[in-house]
Amino acid sequence: MDALILQLLNGMDKGAAYALIALGLTLIFGTLGVVNFAHGALFMIGAFCAVTMQRILNLSATIIDETQTDFLGNPLKVEVPYVQSWFGEVTGAAIQDWAVPLSILLVIPVMLLVGWAMERGLIKHFYKRPHADQILVTFGLAIVIGEIIKAFYGANPIQTPSPAALTGSIDLGVAIGFEPNTVIYSIWRIVYFFFAALIIAGVFAFLQFTTFGMVVRAGMADRETVGMLGIDIDKRFTVMFGIAACVAGLAGMMYAPILSPHYNLGMDFLVLSFVVVVVGGMGSLPGAVLAGFVLGIVQSLSSMNEVKAIIPGIDQIIIYLVAIIILLTRPRGLMGRKGVMEE
Amino acid sequence: MLGLNSRDLRLFVIVCALCLLAPILLNPFPVASSLGESFNAGYPALMQRFVIFGLLVIGFNILFGLTGYLSFGHAAFLGVGSFAAVWMFKLLSYNIVPAIILSVIVAGLFSVVIGYIALRRSGIYFSILTLAFAQMMYSIAYSDLVGKMFGTIVTNGETGLQVYNDDPQFLMGEGAPTVPHLFGLEMNSAFTWKVGGWEFIFQNGYYLSALFMILGFYLSIRIFRSPFGMMLRAIKSNQTRMSYTGLDTKPYMLAAFVISGMYAGLAGGLLAAMDPLTGAERMFWTASGEIVVMAILGGVGTLLGPVFGAGVIKYLENIVSKINSDILHSWFAFMPEWMENLVVNILYPFVGKGWHLTLGLLFMAVVIFLPGGLMQLGEKILALFGRKKKSDDAKTGATEPAE
Amino acid sequence: MSKSNFSRRGVLATGAMTAGGLMLPTYLRADAHAGFTNAPQGDTVKIGFNVPQTGPYAEEGLDELRAQELAVEHLNGMGDGGMLNTFSEKNLDGTGILGKKVEFVTGDTQTKSDVARASAQSMIQKDGCIMINGGSSSGVAIAVQGLCQEAGVIFMAGLTHSNDTTGKDKKANGFRHFFNGYMSGAALGPVLENEYGNERRAYHLTADYTWGWTQQESMQASTEAIGWETVQNVLTPVGAGDFASYLTPVINSGADTLVLNHYGGDMVNSLTQAVTQFGLKDKVVNGKDFKIIVPLYSELMAAGAGSNIEGVFGSMNWNWQLQDAGTAAFVKSFGEKYGFPPSGSAHTCYVQTLLYADAVTRAGTFNPCGVVEALEDFDFDGMGNGPTTYRGADHQCFKDVLVMKGTENPTNQYDTLEIVEVTPRAQVEYEPDHPMFAGGDLGECNPGA
Repeated sequence: MDALILQLLNGMDKGAAYALIALGLTLIFGTLGVVNFAHGALFMIGAFCAVTMQRILNLSATIIDETQTDFLGNPLKVEVPYVQSWFGEVTGAAIQDWAVPLSILLVIPVMLLVGWAMERGLIKHFYKRPHADQILVTFGLAIVIGEIIKAFYGANPIQTPSPAALTGSIDLGVAIGFEPNTVIYSIWRIVYFFFAALIIAGVFAFLQFTTFGMVVRAGMADRETVGMLGIDIDKRFTVMFGIAACVAGLAGMMYAPILSPHYNLGMDFLVLSFVVVVVGGMGSLPGAVLAGFVLGIVQSLSSMNEVKAIIPGIDQIIIYLVAIIILLTRPRGLMGRKGVMEE
Repeated sequence: MLGLNSRDLRLFVIVCALCLLAPILLNPFPVASSLGESFNAGYPALMQRFVIFGLLVIGFNILFGLTGYLSFGHAAFLGVGSFAAVWMFKLLSYNIVPAIILSVIVAGLFSVVIGYIALRRSGIYFSILTLAFAQMMYSIAYSDLVGKMFGTIVTNGETGLQVYNDDPQFLMGEGAPTVPHLFGLEMNSAFTWKVGGWEFIFQNGYYLSALFMILGFYLSIRIFRSPFGMMLRAIKSNQTRMSYTGLDTKPYMLAAFVISGMYAGLAGGLLAAMDPLTGAERMFWTASGEIVVMAILGGVGTLLGPVFGAGVIKYLENIVSKINSDILHSWFAFMPEWMENLVVNILYPFVGKGWHLTLGLLFMAVVIFLPGGLMQLGEKILALFGRKKKSDDAKTGATEPAE
Repeated sequence: MSKSNFSRRGVLATGAMTAGGLMLPTYLRADAHAGFTNAPQGDTVKIGFNVPQTGPYAEEGLDELRAQELAVEHLNGMGDGGMLNTFSEKNLDGTGILGKKVEFVTGDTQTKSDVARASAQSMIQKDGCIMINGGSSSGVAIAVQGLCQEAGVIFMAGLTHSNDTTGKDKKANGFRHFFNGYMSGAALGPVLENEYGNERRAYHLTADYTWGWTQQESMQASTEAIGWETVQNVLTPVGAGDFASYLTPVINSGADTLVLNHYGGDMVNSLTQAVTQFGLKDKVVNGKDFKIIVPLYSELMAAGAGSNIEGVFGSMNWNWQLQDAGTAAFVKSFGEKYGFPPSGSAHTCYVQTLLYADAVTRAGTFNPCGVVEALEDFDFDGMGNGPTTYRGADHQCFKDVLVMKGTENPTNQYDTLEIVEVTPRAQVEYEPDHPMFAGGDLGECNPGA
């Protein structure tokens, strides 16, 4: 029982990550009709914003300490972070410790900028082009972004720890009447789950309750009519692209402590995020979120030793198996709209 | 002649000539020159890849170019073809005939099953279904899940399947070659023609692969020009209308899918016949993605484009990735040192370990400036020379009736 | 039309003698030459460095490349000579190999067998390389080793740790200096017994591919030999990224030790998640502190895992902190050239290149069969690992193995791991027909054409 609860928690957490990525991808699919293979790269940029923030906070003055030596026998260089010399050692260290959450200050402007530049500079010219062209150009862009990141940060994964206070695990089980030490779960993953829920709710509220959102939803449903009403839908779509990039970036930033960022991270998530979006149904935001959670939970449950004992390796193929079953029983995924990307 | 109209015949002859002369055309520089050391591509292993991947993408183009159905799992058929072929080497002998036959059959069977299921959906739903099947097959092969289930080795996991000295090889005669061969004609034997500083290598394996590609190319022209091809184009332009006319489009689609899968299986079998080892990563989604990219890069729906697309990517992968900073320095050694360093520093990020960057930029540049793929570049060049030669590009191909 | 086995360099040889008539086409029979693939012509010899330059192991591959370039410098008499000064054989004098200047070409394996073979083929067919060196995964090493066997060139493996490389996939033309899964297990066993006692319950997470399987098998055997119980072995998909689903069951399994048979990004992620998110290192189970073991360490992975490796035991082939003269010489030349200490895989590639050069010199020929003979059962010292033997029966090097531990209080960014014990060679030796290595056939050395 406790094992099942733990795997459900894992599934919710994994699902939150999938849902968040799929949500951003669907915003671009649904509003702009563009197959964006660079979406994983946006996720990665978010994660590297966290790395960058960590680097910035660790920028240090170098002092040569004659009393110690390095591996070649030269005097050791000691680094003193500027943050610590400005704010004092204790406050400075605390700021450094909170590097990942603080990088939200970096992620939002960077992602809005990247999203805007991408849409205005590149994607805009591909609205009327075949999907094949969109795939190739965004795939090329994803490779280029990955290589640029590699040039600056190397190919090795980079450790980006969560704040000490949110590291480790807590005993959730005691609260709901389990024996102590049976249902223990990671604090950061719980934080991630609520963070994801907040973002998802925020995006839905934005689309549901603001005039801007209403126009965008109308544009998703029937772009031409909205255009004929004299509304500049293009400008709004640019904003939506920026928002989608932000969602992807925030998802990546908060995921950095879970998966140490490396330059190929985007490609690792690319295929999976497409599967989630399509299983959810093209053009459906609730579908994307639902599919994210369904696939996350199914994958976690299939990783249980009891399940793997019956079918070895099922955890490696389950996502694709479930995707096939869903797409065969529901022609347009869980909640897809008719005629979207069916040609 | 050969059932081709004059324009197609000319194209076909050109392809034949290119294949025949590739060992010479691809080695334009003397061996010992620094250009030759860096840019000559006329060595057998790479030429084999050019034609085998060309064949693969020609097959893919029959599905994607004619019907518009984008399969994102085509590498799976390449993979099963290779596995089938290596198993034939392990069980029977190094003769490539049974290996290639079985690889086509096995890939055909897999594509019937997967095609039958995946073709129940269209558009991106179809793409994701093919992707899901391919990824499942990749995972199964990578961890050898089938083998584990039966306590034996089927795909040999990440290490890949290869032939061991103690494999049964039931049909292996005394003194038979211990490398893949066609009734004694060894695939890796070659003869070398030396002219001055030049050196051209003519290898059996390459010419066999080239022969298959030429046959595949011929078949693809015939399909493009056949009523069957017309039917597929009609489905591409409006499947719903086709259905309304009372026509069941499914058998046509399935036929196209299976033909294209068998091309991939043949390519997989050939890859194994040239180099008898295969691994699961041949089926990974990036491999499928590479096929899609090759087709788009060359020009979707054109007859020759896919071959060029495959060639360009394989060239980058094998030639540009080998250019390191020492080689760059040797090129620009004639410059003053500061200028040499500057030029090398500018170029270095794009070659060697940075060859992916070149690849990515190339994709973007082609899509942005040449919407018709590399074939369009060829046309532009031809137009530049004032030769108003009508080439077989997507637009003319799609609108002209079959002749 | 004459048909013959392919060899470009060999053709050049005859070409040089006979092709006086410049532009006249000259038909040649390739078998009328020195008798082996790519016999070096003129005053240079070319070797190929085939390492991952893109993909997950790019950083590791680039470090190998640095060491290989350094080895070539030393062979050609540039720099300070590095380990040439400490190597027990004194045949190499900085004039290249057999008086021929050493040149090299590089290629990108992408850590994919297919690509690695394509790259090696181009080195053999196009560049005329006589030896291939490098690599960062066992799958690639086995694939390239098989290719070199068929083509008739020597393969000096880089980082490959699977038992199979010199077990069921061993080849006469292939040589492995790096240690293997069995040796890791054999070295770690006694240390773990000392540190953690005889009554542990171990839970294994194993990367689901060949290396993971052989590593896990070796660790299970050696921990069960010291009385530990194996609670469970769970196979995890390679590149899983998120290991939460595999880590949560550990908590309630009753296990008090976690063995992570992971490498590269998998190891960084599984260890980080185990430590920082599920707090496994702080747990107490069965009255014992919970412990984590990572059987195979590398400096780059240790750097990637950061402080999470503190106090975690593992093993290495070699480490720059060793105190012997060979290590000191190598670390000095590498450190002065690149500004940081070399990794273990860099060391292996460097040593392999020198060993090859020395074997050629002792054999007096580049013929692979001569090289094989010179390397088989060859004893040497001064390369950082103490007295070492290249065993003839399986082409595996036998030498001391390092048991490592994550540094508790690092003093600088390279101080990630500390040496706990140098396990003597006798303790990690095994018979060539040991069950974990059985099957397979070295075959005959193949000189190619």
